[in-house]
Amino acid sequence: MLSLEHLSKTYADGTRALSDINLTVHEGEIVSLIGGSGCGKTTLLRLIAGLDRESAGRIRLDDEVLSGPHPAVGIVFQEPRLLPWLSVSDNIAFGLDGLSAAQKKARVAHALEKVSLVEHADRWPRDLSGGQQQRVSIARAFVTNPKVLLLDEPFSALDAFTRASLHEHLLGLWEETRPTVVLVTHDVQEAVTLADRAVVMQPKPGRIFDELPLTLSRPRDRTGLPFETSVRRVLTALDHSLKAPQAQPQRERDRQAAALWW
Amino acid sequence: MTGKAASQAWSSHEGAAALAAPASTEKRRAFDWRILLGFFLPIAIALLWEAAVKSGLAQGRLVPPPSRIIATLWGLAQTGELWAHTWMTLWRVLVGFVIGAAAGIVLGAMSGANRTIRQLLDPTLQALRAIPSIAWVPLFILWLGIFEASKVALIAVGVFFPVYLGIAGAILSVDRKLVEVGHVFRLSRIQLARRILLPAVLPEAVIALRSGLGLGFMFVVAAEFMGASEGLGYLLVDGQQMGKPDQILAAIIAFALLGKTADSLLVAATKPLVRWQDTVRERL
Repeated sequence: MLSLEHLSKTYADGTRALSDINLTVHEGEIVSLIGGSGCGKTTLLRLIAGLDRESAGRIRLDDEVLSGPHPAVGIVFQEPRLLPWLSVSDNIAFGLDGLSAAQKKARVAHALEKVSLVEHADRWPRDLSGGQQQRVSIARAFVTNPKVLLLDEPFSALDAFTRASLHEHLLGLWEETRPTVVLVTHDVQEAVTLADRAVVMQPKPGRIFDELPLTLSRPRDRTGLPFETSVRRVLTALDHSLKAPQAQPQRERDRQAAALWW
Repeated sequence: MTGKAASQAWSSHEGAAALAAPASTEKRRAFDWRILLGFFLPIAIALLWEAAVKSGLAQGRLVPPPSRIIATLWGLAQTGELWAHTWMTLWRVLVGFVIGAAAGIVLGAMSGANRTIRQLLDPTLQALRAIPSIAWVPLFILWLGIFEASKVALIAVGVFFPVYLGIAGAILSVDRKLVEVGHVFRLSRIQLARRILLPAVLPEAVIALRSGLGLGFMFVVAAEFMGASEGLGYLLVDGQQMGKPDQILAAIIAFALLGKTADSLLVAATKPLVRWQDTVRERL
């Protein structure tokens, strides 16, 4: 179980990127963070990944307080970020330390199969298309069997057709070990396709506006009416988050967070 | 196979890469032809000049025709003089290059990797860089004598600066996003340097070494001008003093061949390290 407790992030220049975030993600749950630009989605993910330090509050994974990158937390960035001097299979094996060569090979081979890139194993990243590169990046994150997987708009640069096939690859990999997934996206359809719960965020400062459970059974039919209804519900919440003046209790919580921070 | 077809549809980039593989033998032939094209201009000029001198249109006393230059080169090679001079020059460049490049790599890496060291070191080195390297010659002769040490020192100074600048700049410009990948997988500082920084700076390091080597050849001539009894630079000075333009040109050609060969060897030796690069040159 991943829990964020009173998490705040204020940058050195005084920008309040996140203010008093409280969120619990259960084991094996897929949570999608959704919201307009500048609402701190990516900042939140970078805090969990240990790439930035929180200003206040804490992040716990089961009973452990996370401070810095953790072996049980994997991340897929917006860009593939493959190492151009390593072949596809070496890129996937990059995070596999402390395993025998045979074990590594077996894990990489399995991951390659899962993302259907077996025939590209020995090629350079430069020879792959954008969608294939992102698949390698996803395989690289999954191959270490993380308990928590963070996805930072990993499909945003891809066309709709490629994106749909990547969703399938992602769910296929997820089915195997059922890690906890936190997916940042600005695409409502994507959130409804993948997530068990949509967390709608609001900017300035970044905070949680609303949470919507998405209980459709998998595999989800993107053309069905229930899907459409869910999309509409999330869209409505998103709309409110951007328009609505700050709700009173939210302000109250902000003030508390500020007190905590000072 | 269907996957391949689909991926081709997604991206023409991918399609181009797939097409390039079976066509590689054809590509090689076209490439050879282009190399030949490079020889066309110098050969044409040489033939024209030869014809001009032969037909009496030009005297060819100060600008000797190619046949006489080749004869001089041949003569020098026959007596073994050419090899002795070439070897001497090559040895000086090599020693100077190794010293200068090693210092440049070490200091460049330190300055690139550590902010404190950079702030301590860089201003002084930049100030020293502003001094024309030839200006060191009198001092080096006073300090190190007129023999090999002062020559090698001058070459090492010439090689040092481009290598230092190139390495420090390359480290500073490593993509933060790739370094973050290293952080996510909890690499230690040494692992980060070995698995991410080193490969990332290699292409620029090779370019820095190449410009260093080029400057090494430039400075060996300057060094040999300041009183040498051997070396291709000596052949130049000797040719000037004895009024033998053919010997000067022969030495210049020897320099050109030597410099180009050394550069090609460096490129060939480092090629396997930077094969992964996605550059225009690689694709052409």
